[in-house]
Amino acid sequence: MQSAVDVLSWILLAAGGAFVFVGGLGALRLPDFYTRMHAASLTDGMGTILILVGIMLQAGWSLAAIKLIAILVCLLLTSPTASYALANAALLSGVEPGNSRAGKAEN
Amino acid sequence: MLSGMKGYWYRFAALLLLLIAAWLLWSGIYTPLLLGLGALSCVLCLYLAHRIGFFVELFSARAILRLPRYWAWLLLEVVKSSLDVARIILNRKLPISPTVIEFDAAPDEPVGQVVLGNSITLSPGTVTLDVHNGRLRVHCLTREVADALLSGEFNRRAAELMKD
Repeated sequence: MQSAVDVLSWILLAAGGAFVFVGGLGALRLPDFYTRMHAASLTDGMGTILILVGIMLQAGWSLAAIKLIAILVCLLLTSPTASYALANAALLSGVEPGNSRAGKAEN
Repeated sequence: MLSGMKGYWYRFAALLLLLIAAWLLWSGIYTPLLLGLGALSCVLCLYLAHRIGFFVELFSARAILRLPRYWAWLLLEVVKSSLDVARIILNRKLPISPTVIEFDAAPDEPVGQVVLGNSITLSPGTVTLDVHNGRLRVHCLTREVADALLSGEFNRRAAELMKD
């Protein structure tokens, strides 16, 4: 039973690491500021979730696990706010996001 | 939903109790120095919360009860779009078609619009650039993602979460 939890935890940690790696790769490969932000959101979305859940399985049912949940919730609430501040600052200082498309459906 | 001064103090007391409980539970060390630091950070947090209008902006208590369901759906969206974006990055041809879209936010309260904008940013492939007068501007990595977002599932879910 314990080893099954260990295996699952290592799978999650490895998958999280893979997402962080792909996020870094994307930040290098993608061409401009805004597209690179999409790669970064891979790192602080899936990367964070998988790695922290992996560590939670290692911690077991303890106060440490509850602290980890609190960290996860905190990160998931604040990281999009930080991304918004970054993207909005870029937009306001005139980094062109490409041509706009308005309205509801395909036009 | 609570409003006015009564609501203000109700929220103030609730946040104070929550902060004190969190500090005492997680610190575990009850010396005068650490308790003093705890009291100080609780007061600082309350002041900051007051400054950002946490006690004034309205959201229904029922929205908090609906949150787990919303988070479960959002988690699924994050997983799906993460895999999509990872596939695009690992593709040798890098098949991106960056698109900026604009649409009206369905939730009409500021809190709901923040939830919508942040949920969109959290799922890879879409970043909220601007929220202004209830209108969102979103940068999408591909045209397909943009079309999916314009179909309004995010908007509908966020509005459903925030409704009274």
